[in-house]
Amino acid sequence: MDMHGQLGHDRRRFLALTAAASSVPLLNACGAGFGGGDSKSDGSAADDVTGSFDWQRHKGTTVKALLNKHPYTDALIADLKAFTEKTGIKVEYDVFPEDNYFDKLTVDLSSGRASYDIFMLGAYMVWQYGPPGWLEDLGPWMRNESATGAEWDKDDFLPSLLEGTQWSLKAGTPLGQGGQYALPWGWEANVVAYNTEVFDKLGLRPAESFDELRELAGTIKRKAPGAGFDGMYGVAVRGSRSWATIHPGFMTMFSRYKLKDFTVDGESLKPAMNSPEAITFTRDWADMVKKGGPPSWTSYTWYQCSSDLGAKKAGMLFDADTAAYFQAVKGASPAAGKIAFHPGPKGPDGSLATNMWIWSLGMNARSKKKSAAWLFLQWATGKEHLRKGAIEYNHIDPVRKSVSDDPAYRDKMSELPGFIETFEAVQDQTRIQFTPQEQFFDATTSWASALQEIYGGKSAGPVLNGLADDLASKVG
Amino acid sequence: MSSSTEADHGAASSDDAAVAGAREKASAADRGAGSGPAAGAPPPAGPGAERSVPRWRRSLRPYLLIVPALLLTGGILYPFGLGLYYTVFDFAASKPQPDFTGLENYRRIFTDSSFWDSAWVTVLYAVGAAAVETVLGVAVALLLHRSTLVGRVLEKVLILPLMIAPVIAAIIWKLMLQPSVGVVNYLLRPFGLGGVQWTDTPTGALLSSIAVDVWVYTPFVAILALAGLRSLPTSPFEAAAVDGAGWWFTFRKLTMPMLWPYVLVAVIFRFMDSLKVFDIIYALTEGGPGDSTVVLQIRAYLEAIRFQRYSFGLSYMIVLWAVVYLAAMVLVRYLGRIQNRAAEVPK
Repeated sequence: MDMHGQLGHDRRRFLALTAAASSVPLLNACGAGFGGGDSKSDGSAADDVTGSFDWQRHKGTTVKALLNKHPYTDALIADLKAFTEKTGIKVEYDVFPEDNYFDKLTVDLSSGRASYDIFMLGAYMVWQYGPPGWLEDLGPWMRNESATGAEWDKDDFLPSLLEGTQWSLKAGTPLGQGGQYALPWGWEANVVAYNTEVFDKLGLRPAESFDELRELAGTIKRKAPGAGFDGMYGVAVRGSRSWATIHPGFMTMFSRYKLKDFTVDGESLKPAMNSPEAITFTRDWADMVKKGGPPSWTSYTWYQCSSDLGAKKAGMLFDADTAAYFQAVKGASPAAGKIAFHPGPKGPDGSLATNMWIWSLGMNARSKKKSAAWLFLQWATGKEHLRKGAIEYNHIDPVRKSVSDDPAYRDKMSELPGFIETFEAVQDQTRIQFTPQEQFFDATTSWASALQEIYGGKSAGPVLNGLADDLASKVG
Repeated sequence: MSSSTEADHGAASSDDAAVAGAREKASAADRGAGSGPAAGAPPPAGPGAERSVPRWRRSLRPYLLIVPALLLTGGILYPFGLGLYYTVFDFAASKPQPDFTGLENYRRIFTDSSFWDSAWVTVLYAVGAAAVETVLGVAVALLLHRSTLVGRVLEKVLILPLMIAPVIAAIIWKLMLQPSVGVVNYLLRPFGLGGVQWTDTPTGALLSSIAVDVWVYTPFVAILALAGLRSLPTSPFEAAAVDGAGWWFTFRKLTMPMLWPYVLVAVIFRFMDSLKVFDIIYALTEGGPGDSTVVLQIRAYLEAIRFQRYSFGLSYMIVLWAVVYLAAMVLVRYLGRIQNRAAEVPK
């Protein structure tokens, strides 16, 4: 009997069967593999909530939140006990630094899991997370009186902020239509903050036009070290190869010049960051950075910009008002007490159009605890917590009118020269200045890359034309 | 084990025919099991014990033995196959129900100039890092090999960068290379070089990234080279010394040819790792300024994770895998030839 021959035959058969068995789940997985974004159900879970509103409706439930490391988050965590006492709902949370936060959130949402019921996001993320169906539309929850307490008061929010997180999910359509995919929780206006000490010593005044700002930045870089500010440069602006470089000072000034990132032509978008005016502006911005910006600008994030202002390394900061605020409060930095706020240069027609960042709270469309999560969102964006956050903690730039008008808040903020005046000067013209579209992060990362190339000496025209060509096929 | 010994003894004391019979039976039992005892495994319990194991269990044994290998292979092939499968669709966050597009993703990649830019940067980085690490690693190994006391002390220090995660090393270097507050410019200031913008220019960013890679991985090459040096036979060197051969001649004609197989192992590892680099460059420059340090791995990451074009990003990864695989194959074959040549006994 040829045992070897038989065994060899059996082994081949065994391997063939095993391979076939292995391929079944593989094929199944392939067939159902594109599961990250299956279609949403038509009916909202909000419709299941009936009866009278009750904070204690989900007593004993635990909801899980993903949070970004931020002073606003610190204020939330410090007050979480109040939420648990009010509702009986426990909140578990993970906090990640901003460098990793959005990658973590993106991967988690795209995996199709419901590991977090609630998370922080920016309004721009709605454009990326909304279309695949990862975000719960909060509109039906807001409209359901059984789910939403009367004191929540939607009309108390600054209208541009609620609109900023409302979108139809269609590229190019303006914000403020369609689903409410997040709730504003804190916001930031991009303005100029400056070191009063160096301004006084050099006899300078805040710039009222972009030309003045460029001049001023260069002057500070040249003169400040000789006036006792060793190593100080003119203006701190972001420069890393990231979408985050485009949206603060750059996009604000870009918008004050009435320039657009895209133009909407029927149903398609056409890149407009290479218009002749935009090319001139971008070249001037890069020139300003070269003459008066930080050394190693291409690695600059808001952390470096903010800390340079606090460390008296930067004479000015053109970025989020909060980035300056966190350095300006008593004891926070060597420059604390010597930082003042200004709306920044006006556009040629006096425009103070300002781009904003909205820290928002969203709900996972796959959450199994939506009703409890909604109670949390109501509380976290409610008057009581936000007032406490603004007055007792550093949750400034209130999203609610009632908080920004609160005398205790105004008293607190009046200690910072020009803060309230700046806030009020730009508030009406502050909105998201980008055109909403899904490829936002690709477009702005490429834009930042182009800006770096121009800063490095390449001609602005060809670089921006190349960028526009590349984006036309991706976005249009 | 003991029964087998006793049986053999008994057979020896009776007659040769009985011995031959017993051996024949034992041999047949071994054939029935399908294979001989594995190296390192305990000897068989003897023909009696083997017969007591049911036949089905004996037949099953070889299949059980391949289960771990099968699981491992499946664990590798399953995600790989799935990834490969996704590349023929246009799967993205914006297109969760994708269409079959065949090889369109690959066509787009190979006709996109940014791919070729990234491929060029990747090759520059990999060749640059592997070459510098090899030269420095061998040099350090030669120095450490000469002085045993200093060598032993420095060996401990040398291994430190290898114990730091590359991403942490890159962040540390990012701070040290910071033009205004970084320690590197501070140290260079007395020589009039205190204002270098290390990562602000395309060339500077690439060279800085390679420098960090060199800092982290040169010890790896040095340690392998040092181990090789210590394992070389001493007699050829003694003979060369007796003949009055100079240091450079000995190094060229004896040390390097004999050491090369060891060094080549390090080169292969470093070259393949450098082709796949992500952490060091991303932490140091994020791919900038411009696209000057966007290596293939960073482009794949941006496409798949940041911009959520999963199929396109996966296609990039598959292309990168093919490049690394081919490079590794060529280098490993070359290594085999070198090793064979080194093993040849001179006639």
